[in-house]
Parts: sequence; C-alpha cells; structure tokens
Amino acid sequence: MSSNKVYWKSVAQLDKDNELVEKLEQNEFVDQIPVDDFLGDEQTMSESNTNRRDFLKYVGFSTAAASLAACEGPVIKSVPYVVQPEQIIPGIANYYATAIADGYDFRSIIIKTREGRPIKVENNKEAPTLGGGNARVHASVLSMYDIHRLQGPKAKGEDISWNDFYNQVESKLKALAVSNKPVVLLTQTFASPTTQSIIENFIAQFPNVSHVIYDTLSASHALDAFENIYGVRALADYDFSMAQTIVSVGADILGDWQGGGYDEGYSQSRIPKKHHEKLEMSYHIQFESNMTLSGANADHRIPVDPATQKKIIAQIYAQLTGTSLTSDLSPQLKKAVNQAVARLKKSASKAVVVSGVEDVAVQEVVLAINDYLGSKVIDTTQPKFIRQGSNKSVEKLIADIEKGNVSGLLVAGVNPGFTLPNAESFTSALSKLELSVAFALKEDETAAASQYVAAVPHYLESWGDYEFKKGHYALAQPTIRPLFDTQQFQDILLKLSGSKSTYYQKIKANWSENILNGSSWNQALHDGFISNNNAQEYDSTSFDVDRQIKALSQTPSTALSLVLYAKTGIGDGQQANNPWLQEFPDPISRVSWDNYLTISASDAKNIGLKNVNVSDGALNGSYAQITVGKKNLVAPVLIQPGQAKGTVGLAFGYGERRGLQDEMQVGVNAYPLYNDFDSVQKVSVSPAEGYHEFACVQLHNTLMGRGDIIKETTLEVFNTKDKDYWNPVPKVSKNHIEYEVTSPEVDMWQAFDRSIGHHFNMSIDLNACTGCGACVIACHSENNVPVVGKKEIRKSRDMHWLRIDRYYSSADTFEQDDQTKEDISGLGDSLTTFGEMENASENPQVAFQPVMCQHCNHAPCETVCPVAASSHGRQGQNHMAYNRCVGTRYCANNCPYKVRRFNWFLYNKNDEFDYHMNNDLGRMVLNPDVVVRSRGVMEKCSMCIQMTQKTILDAKLEGRTIKDGEFQTACSNACSNGAIVFGDINDKNSQVASLKKDDRMYHLLESVGTKPNVMYQTMVRNTDKS
Amino acid sequence: MASHYEAPIRKPLVTGDKTYHDVTVDVAAPVEGKANRQWWIVFGIALTAFLWGLGCIAYTIGTGIGTWGLNKTVGWAWDITNFVWWVGIGHAGTLISAVLLLFRQKWRMAINRSAEAMTIFSVIQAGLFPIIHMGRPWLAYWVLPIPNTFGSLWVNFNSPLLWDVFAISTYLSVSLVFWWTGLLPDFAMIRDRAIKPFQKKIYSLLSFGWSGRAKDWQRFEEVSLVLAGLATPLVLSVHTIVSFDFATSVIPGWHTTIFPPYFVAGAIFSGFAMVQTLLIIMRKVSNLEDYITVQHIELMNIVIMITGSIVGVAYITELFIAWYSGVEYEQYAFLNRATGPYWWAYWSMMTCNVFSPQFMWFKKLRTSIVFSFIISIVVNIGMWFERFVIIVTSLHRDYLPSSWTMFSPTFVDIGIFIGTIGFFFVLFLLYSRTFPVIAQAEVKTILKSSGEKYKKLRDGE
Repeated sequence: MSSNKVYWKSVAQLDKDNELVEKLEQNEFVDQIPVDDFLGDEQTMSESNTNRRDFLKYVGFSTAAASLAACEGPVIKSVPYVVQPEQIIPGIANYYATAIADGYDFRSIIIKTREGRPIKVENNKEAPTLGGGNARVHASVLSMYDIHRLQGPKAKGEDISWNDFYNQVESKLKALAVSNKPVVLLTQTFASPTTQSIIENFIAQFPNVSHVIYDTLSASHALDAFENIYGVRALADYDFSMAQTIVSVGADILGDWQGGGYDEGYSQSRIPKKHHEKLEMSYHIQFESNMTLSGANADHRIPVDPATQKKIIAQIYAQLTGTSLTSDLSPQLKKAVNQAVARLKKSASKAVVVSGVEDVAVQEVVLAINDYLGSKVIDTTQPKFIRQGSNKSVEKLIADIEKGNVSGLLVAGVNPGFTLPNAESFTSALSKLELSVAFALKEDETAAASQYVAAVPHYLESWGDYEFKKGHYALAQPTIRPLFDTQQFQDILLKLSGSKSTYYQKIKANWSENILNGSSWNQALHDGFISNNNAQEYDSTSFDVDRQIKALSQTPSTALSLVLYAKTGIGDGQQANNPWLQEFPDPISRVSWDNYLTISASDAKNIGLKNVNVSDGALNGSYAQITVGKKNLVAPVLIQPGQAKGTVGLAFGYGERRGLQDEMQVGVNAYPLYNDFDSVQKVSVSPAEGYHEFACVQLHNTLMGRGDIIKETTLEVFNTKDKDYWNPVPKVSKNHIEYEVTSPEVDMWQAFDRSIGHHFNMSIDLNACTGCGACVIACHSENNVPVVGKKEIRKSRDMHWLRIDRYYSSADTFEQDDQTKEDISGLGDSLTTFGEMENASENPQVAFQPVMCQHCNHAPCETVCPVAASSHGRQGQNHMAYNRCVGTRYCANNCPYKVRRFNWFLYNKNDEFDYHMNNDLGRMVLNPDVVVRSRGVMEKCSMCIQMTQKTILDAKLEGRTIKDGEFQTACSNACSNGAIVFGDINDKNSQVASLKKDDRMYHLLESVGTKPNVMYQTMVRNTDKS
Repeated sequence: MASHYEAPIRKPLVTGDKTYHDVTVDVAAPVEGKANRQWWIVFGIALTAFLWGLGCIAYTIGTGIGTWGLNKTVGWAWDITNFVWWVGIGHAGTLISAVLLLFRQKWRMAINRSAEAMTIFSVIQAGLFPIIHMGRPWLAYWVLPIPNTFGSLWVNFNSPLLWDVFAISTYLSVSLVFWWTGLLPDFAMIRDRAIKPFQKKIYSLLSFGWSGRAKDWQRFEEVSLVLAGLATPLVLSVHTIVSFDFATSVIPGWHTTIFPPYFVAGAIFSGFAMVQTLLIIMRKVSNLEDYITVQHIELMNIVIMITGSIVGVAYITELFIAWYSGVEYEQYAFLNRATGPYWWAYWSMMTCNVFSPQFMWFKKLRTSIVFSFIISIVVNIGMWFERFVIIVTSLHRDYLPSSWTMFSPTFVDIGIFIGTIGFFFVLFLLYSRTFPVIAQAEVKTILKSSGEKYKKLRDGE
C-alpha cells in the first residue's frame, strides 16, 4: 500500500517559488560530488601514484568482494503469480466439497487447499451419508502427491501421446466390434449414476462390450441376500444411534464392514444419555474370530470360529421366533446366545443383529431376524450402492478369459492382476488378449500386463458424482489441475464412444435433469451432496428360513480357519504407497509397516510359535508356514489376545508388488489365499525358520492394574452410586489432613491468571472413542509430522503427536486387574503378581485412550528446560519453541505422559528417510502454517495453535465474538464420533466447559498434580446382560 | 604448621630413609627421565581409544542423536550416566585436598596432587556429555546467561540443568586454581633443576615466578587455606546439584529427596576408588612406593568401605520409602529395578557397591595391594551401574504402560564412553610424565615428623 502522506521538512516548503527548495527536491545530494574534478583532471591522475599499501588494500578488497559475490545462496524457486487468480489469496486456505469413491472408501469430504494445493482432507459435517472419513480417507491427499504415479498414457510399456492412444484403442475396439468378439469392461463399484449412463452409452456404441463390476474385497453374499429378498442389488443401511442392543456376529461394524461409516452412529448410542430418569446406553455383544475394533469396543465379546458363527445366527433366529432347532453349541456359548436373545427381545425394535459371515443364507437369516424384530436400526428402504460386485460374474469372467472366450478387456479402478487369488494366470491370460487397456493411477500388475495404460487422475483432480445410497447423492470436483498428463476414465469412454461432451458436462446435465429437482447446481457443488429422504419400500420376497437355519446349524467345523481381514490403515491395499498409512499403527495390534498372522496364545503354543522382545524392547515374531489348499505362504506371527481358538487372521493389502516404493513393500500378500472370494479358508499352520522384526509402537499391552489411567465403571454403578465412588479425585495428606490434589491448599505453584482471554481445553470421551485412528492421520497431515520408517519405529522412535493407546486386561476385565493389584500382599506376592499382569488375558477387555500433549498448567517439561524453549501460553497451551530448543530431551524424560517426540535425525530432504518429505512433489502436501522441524529439536502437540489463532484473527477482523464450536483442532475436527471436543472454557456456555463439570470428567494421572488442559470422560461399560 | 613431633605409635608416612634431597630426586625423576616402553604402549592404547571416541562424537554431531540407542521413552541413557559417573569420580580429589587439609590429615599430602589431577581430568570428561548429548550442540552456549541479541531470551533459572552448568563450571575453575596453587613450588623445583633451556623456560612459565621467599610461602599457605575453605562446600554442592537433575523431576525413581546426600556419598566412594586404581599403578611405575605406602592404601580403603556402606544404607532406605509411601508408581518403579528386565544391572550395582567394600573390614584384605586394586575397579563398575539403574530403569517403565520400552546401546554410545576413558588416560599419562605427581613441597614439611628416617633418629635407633 502506498502512502499519500506528505512530510514537511521546513517552513520554506510553503513558499512554492523558493529556488532552494526546488533545488533540494531535484538533487539527491546537496553538494555536487566532485567525480569529474577528480577523474577529469588528467594531470593529477597521471601524477598520482598507488603505493604498495594502497595496492594491497585494493587487491584485498577486490578479492574479498569477488569471492563474496561468487558465493551463491540457495535458490528457492518461488514464482509469484503474474495474474492473481481471483479466488486464491496467498496465506488464505480455500475449501472445496468433494467426495472420495475409490471402490473401497466412499465419503463426502471437504478439501483444504492452500495456494492451489490440496493439503488436507476434512469431514463434510453437513453431509448426512456414511459419516466422517476414516484414516485412509484422511490420508488420501498424500496419495495424490505420489512420485510413483503414472505420468501419462503408455502403450506396451512405452510412453505414447493421448492422440495415438485414442486412435489405436478406437481402431482396435472397432475391429473387435465388427468381428463381434466379446470385450469386457471390468470396473470397481462406481456407485455413480452418470458413469453408469456413460458405460451404458459405450455399450450401446460397442454392443460386444459387457460390464462386470469387481469389488476387491467382496460383499457379494450380502448383496445377493438383499437382492433375493428385496429385489435390488444393494446393502441395507443401519443407524446404530437408535440401537439399544447390538448383536454382531462376525461383523466389524466399526471397521470396513459393508463399506463402513457406522462408527458415528454407534458412538452416539454409547454415550450414556438420560432416559426416564436413568442414564442409558446401548449394549453390544460381539461374536467374532479376529480381534476387531468392534470386538474391542463391545460390552461382551465372545471369540468363536467362523463355523460356529453360522450356528449362532441360526440359534438366534430359532430362539427368537420359537422355532425348534437342535444345538451343539458349548454351554457357555448357549448361555451367551440366550442372553443375546433375551436382550434382543427386550429391546425389540431398538435391537439389531448384523453379521459379516460371507454366506448368502446367513445374510438372509439376518435380514429375516431384523424383520422379525421390527428393527428400526436397519434401513432397507434407502439401501446403499457402494458395493455392487458379484462373485459369480467375476468368476465367470476369469474362466472366460482363461478359456479364450474374451478378446478384449478394459480394466478400471481395480487391480485384478494383484488382487485375484490366481493373479498370475490372470495376468498371463491378459497379456495374450487382442486388446487390453488398464485405466490406472500406478503402473500396477494389471497395467504392466496390458497393452495400453491410460493414466487416470487422482480423485482430487477429478470430477465425479455418486449415489452412495438411495436418494443420497454426492458430487466430486477437482481441487487442483491434474499434476500429470492424465485423463479420467469417464472422459476416455465418452471420447471412445464418439461423444463430444466431457464427463463434467454429462454430470451437470444428468444432475439438472434427474437429481437437482430445480435446486441450484452451484449450491450442490458447494455442498458436495444432495439428499432426499424418499424412502422406497421394496417388496420383500419370503423364503424358507427354517430350512436355511437347519442347514446352518449343521455347518461342519474346521480344525483351523484362516480369517482374512482388512486392516484399518491399509484396507484393500490400494493406498499401500502412502507412508502415513504404512506408519499408522494398527489400532488393535499397534504394529505399523506390516501384516502378520494373528493367532491365539494357546494355538501358538501348540504349534510352537513365539513372540519375543529383544534387548531394545522391540518385538520379534516367529515365521509360520501357512498352507491353504495347494498354496503356501510364509508370514510372521503375532500372538493376538482375543483371537478365537482354532482361527488365525491375516490382513490384505500388503506384500511385494509393482508400482510401490521399496520401503513400502512390507508384509505378505494375502490375496492368493482369497480363494472363491471367501475370507474364511481352511488352513494349516506350521512353524518356519527364523524371526520377523516387527515395528510395534506399543510394546507393553496391559494396564498393570493402573485403574487411574483409564477410569471405568459400569452403567449400573454409574446410575446408582455417587461420583466420588466411581470417579474420586485423588487425595494427598498435608499436616495429617487429606486434601484433593486439585486443592490450592496443596499447590506450590503460582497460578496463571486465566480470567481474561481464551483458555483452551480438550475433552476426550472414552465411551465415544472407537480407536479408529482418523485423528492420528489428521494430526499427521495438519502438523507436518514426519514419517520415520520401519527401522526407526522399531526403535520406539515414532513421531506421532497423537497416539491411541490400547490396553488389554490381564484378567477377564480391567476391574479384576485393579482388584488383583489391590490384593497383593507382601514382597513375594508382588513379585509374581506383577509379572503375571504383564501378560494379556486370552480374551481380554480392551480399552482405547487417545493421548496427546496434555498441556499441563503445571507442566513438568517447562521447569526443566534450561533455555526455556518449553513455556506456557496465556491460552493454556504448553508451547514448544523449536527455534530455541537445544535438544537436551530433559522435557521428554520429565513428561509423565511421554508425549514429546524428538527429531533424532533430519527427517526432511534426507535420502535416509526417503518418504514424501524427500521429494518436491511429496512436499506439496506440507501445511505452510506449520514449520517443518529440524534435527535435534523436540516437538509435540501444539493444540493446533495455528488453527485457533486463525479463528481468533478471523473473528477479530470481522469484529465479532467467537461461537462455541468454532475453535477446533485437527483431531477434534476429524473425530466424527464426537469423542474429542475442543473449546474455550472461559466461554461458560461452551460444550467443553460443561464437559469439564461432567461427573465423568477426570484428568490423566491427576495425582501427579500437573493440572492438564486435556481431560478424559470416564469409560462406562454396560454390563446389563439381561 | 607442621609440628616436628609425632607420636611414636604412628606409622611413618614416608618410608625408606628419605632425606629432603631424596624426595626432590624421586619426584623429579619421572619428569626428567625418559618414558619407558610400557608408558608408550599404555599411552598408545589410550590415544587410540580417545581418537575412536572423537570419531564417534563427530559422527553423532554430524548425523544426529539417533545414532545412539535412545528412544521416545528413554531420552537419556549412557550420556548422562557417563556424565554423573565422571563428575562423581572427580569428587575424591577435592575431598582429599580440601577437606582433609582442613582436618589436618597429613597422609593426604602424598596423594592430593594426583587426586586433584584426576578431578580436573574427569570433570573435563563429564563436561563433554552435557554438550554432546544435546540435539543441537552448536547452540550449547544458549544455556549460558550471556547478553544476546535474540530479544528477551534468557535462560530458565528453574532448570536443574542450568544449575549444573554453574555447578560444574565453578567446580572446574576452583579445582584448577587450587591445584595450580599447590603446583607452584613444585614447578619451581623442577625449573631450578632443569638443565635444558626449553624445559627451564616452560617450567618457569608454569611456576608463575615462584621465588621461594618466606613471603611466597606465607601467601601460599594462606591461599591454600582459603581455597580449601571455598572448595569444601563445593564437594557437597556439586553432586547435590547433579542429583537435583533427578530429584526435582516427577518421574518415579527420580523424584527422591534422599538423592543429595546419597549422590555425594556415592561420588566420594567412586572417587576414592578411582584414586586407588590410579595410584596403585603409579606408585609402582614411578617408584613412589615410599611415599604412597600401604598405609595410604589402607586409609583409602577405609574411606571406600564407609562411603560404600552409606551408599548401601541409601539403597535400602530408597526401597523402604518406596514401600512406605504407598504410591503405586513409586513402588512399582523400585520393584521393577530389582526384578524387572534390568534386574542384572541392579544386582551388579548392589554386588559391586554394597557387598564388595565389606571385605575391607578385614585388615589382611585392605592392606593387600592386589585386592585393593581389584575392589577399586569393581567399585567403579558398580557406580557406573548405579547411575545407569537410576536413569534407565526409572525411565523405561514410568507412568503409562503404553510407552514402556527398553534401551540398548549402539556402538556409538559405547565408543564415546570408551573415548572419554581414553581421553582421561591420555591426560593423566601426560600429567604423570610432566608434572610433579607428588606435592613434594608439602611432603617435605612432614618429613621431619613423619619420615621414617627422622622417626628412627628421634626414637634413638
């Protein structure tokens, strides 16, 4: 901004005709510099001489000047805009609503962009469908900046121009059409109405083309069951927030079961709410084989093998409806089933039964049970379309290809060359086809075996429209111009079918015609979704349930079953090259950078498999030989508490493969064992040579009876007893009088004046937290947390600012653990008992606890830093001044919560840590508001001070007070479950201020007297089995 | 000062019929003579270890603290263990020269010079660690309260690490001045005997123009007494402050009020053991058996036995208080020390520090030179383990079990430690060849009263 201010130098300036003033304004120097006098006088010049001293001075100066000028500073290319784009203001973030739909994860999201770069995924809180993003969705922004992406179309491995690509593919397609040779279009589930019409149009142009949908991880049985009964190929939807009783038989409802997205509703039902003068919450029984997030959160978890799960479903139906059915279940299981049925009957329409058993009969019986219950939790009128694949048609396609009945194959959004159980024979058949085209992000197995590879953009560079469930639409828009020479699958199809319009135009036309119903396109694009609640009652077809349950109750049992599953971080494996996800510790096992065979302790002992900790604490696991049919695989073993006896688990998405950086080629590939798309396989396991080195971030699994770390109580006690009984504040004695540790009487510190300004607090509800880890990734992405790799994680040097601790009980419950510790008497007893408590129970209770910097008001880290790099903020934060830190690590040692993370090495621009921060493309994801830390400094959670400051400054500019809910951190924003609530407690009406007064509120390690600004809400377990 | 009478019952402190001239010759001999083969071999080994350590330090500073075995839970291990160990070793020197001077213990005169040299050399080793353990050691000067242009930045006077900076630097400077003051008449003696001009020049510089006048001696005595008075509180304060690094924290196993006296006792204990180790070798190599007698060794063994027992009482008190406190974290921390994954470190410490000095109750053992030497080594191993136990076993399992892990040293951790031992011996070996290793001027003051020759004369033999 230029200033028009005039500065008066003297009174003389008032006189306009004053010559002196004019002269002074014209001449910079008052007196003439006598350059001409000096240089012009040749005589003086020739007479003057340069003596030795002067000469040396000149030489010295010239040398110094020349060498200084020769030193080149680092060139940082920052090119300013020549023409400033209208919507981009440097330093101000822009947000766009879009949607992810990669065939596995489907969500409406908001993308934060800075200076035109998408840098963060945020939940679209207004979108009503499928809830908030999981860890993979939050991490997906980094997958766009992947240097291993395809950068342009290819033909037979060589780069090719798009023109040539079109010419060649089109002519081949036409030739095939003329000779009427069958061509198959094999795609992911798009759930996209416009894509559907484009494909239909393409097929109209090329009638020899047929369309097959392939879900990498099949939901075919549930789809078949729903289709059989309701006549539409879709999945029932559930609203767990209405549930009083949830009976899950092998369904990981908090994981990726049927596309996931249920944790938000589930969490709502888990927070005790007032109902008829009593606080109520849902009761959740989980029958399952692998330990899943759902099992970990359940009130009652019963580990059973897959065959028994089928029998249980049959028994539940029989007992509920009073059908007679003989049962060969064990007495304990019978009791558990009876209890479940009793609860179901009691809750009736507020009850729901769900199952993940991959069997059409089971899925049909489950639908029948829910129908019988009149369950309001299940919604069959607006079913979900996010899984559409059919095992039968995919199997038929593979058979046809191998028999030579197919001449051309176009593959989009899936990588059958890696994910099919018989991938190798598929790729060799693929390479023999007359035409093969892969639409791919990476040069994966399918792309490598295809003649043509069409490089497609990442979803953040793409248009899209989706119908996630009936009447619930989402729009996706590009948030950045494509980074590479890529074209969307839909655009390519349009062009090949001779259409002049683009996918974008098609979407717009389709929406205006069929979806918008007169509302504005711009508004829909702005919101990213449009929903109507036009429920449609589908006619249900009845079937012979009795015959089904008889058959189910006679399911033969298997000695050892392999239960394949998808891990929270990696899912089906399409984002395996994403370092955030690889480094993300599994919420259950806390192992990162690996998959492994999970096995129960007793089975491991029988087979002779071991887990050991080496001298630096790191975890090693024996290798095991896994045999499924004729296929063999050697995988490391992780002894998993809670794993059902007679079962082992193995996650998809890992292993060596193409298009992946070497560092990411970890684990073993489980897809070859996914025979017939059945996640349960008959297996035999035997010990193999050697030990595998795991990178596990939590090496101690039990709580050691330390009940004040995770406080918990039962719903009954919670309802009947005083707060002091189940959530007492620890006491300390002074002059033989007991005071609460929070009392000023026992406080040596000077309190900060908190009366003015903001005072930030965070509340974490242990009942609402499911442990999903979306917050961990959100924190990673907001705060530029470095990825350190498997080796460093193994050395307990993870850098996560926010971690989710997972504890197993040593006895059956945590309550018993506390009791065991309490009952220890004498030295001998304590020696043995503590040793025993280090081991988790075979079927433990599980507790999750997100821990970040607690921002103590009396922070132990602040007093010990010699250079005051750790200091207290006026708003309650415990600040960390990276620039001031000299790296003594004293603060980390003195932190009772162990949340401080040290930069052991240089983690950016260092070839030793070749992750996204080591290349220009990957660094585009960095948040410019947060500094990238250098080597040798301590770092930790800042309570996202860059976000709270932004909120404060915005409000200040707009001259208004800040509303409750405006203050957010990355983690609280990412938590769609409402487990993390952040705000200003000086705002007495804020949610966080009322949570601070809640009876369930406690501070972690209150007895240490650190007075944290982060609080926890006591976990309440529902033990009301009847 | 030195009275010329001493009870006949007292054993002579200088044996072997030494005259004043003999003392001069004996003390000057290593300086004036040539180094033998053994010296060169030992020096070579020490120098190699030192250079290896330097390499490891350079690697650490060049690459990062990640080259050590530390992790998110155990932020200090060998670095601070070594620091406390070396500071502790330093203590005996000051105790011998200052405290024993004030208590008029004449037997200190034969050993104080080397003990003080050991103090200074070990404090140098100790001082290395707080600097190199920093993530950004090039900014180490930020811990000094020096006026700066960084704005209002100033050091944090609440931090025990800052107190360490003051304590250690004060200690090093006072010890150095005290040591040098004592050296002046002895340097002058060597200067006066020197024949080579270069040697004469050097020693005359080192002796600060000592002339041997009565006024010199008077001032010498006064300064010694004043410095002894200054140094005595330092003996107690330095390790007290080092113990505050732990005692003022909130970590179970660190947060212990017994630490100051416990650390001081431990420091004297390990310091005497190190003096013992060094002098047993030196008296042999430099032919000083007549000055550093078996009686000296015995007296030092008694100090070791007493301080070792104090340390033992402290260990047991700690266990008792942990139980008595009723704080579960505290109780577990100590249970874990003794029976957890690092039980071997705890029991090594117990065996070396508490049990082994008890042998010194037997006169036969405490007057055995070989046995004393072995115990002196054992005690220093034990004292290293004590610091390791306090630091690592407290940190590796503190409050939240989710963060529990273990520590395992890398070759760099080990290399730096060995390097400091090498550096220490490089300095000590150079010292033993260039400095008067016995305070001969002081020894001469007691020669008449406690020398064997004069005692015999007096007793009429």
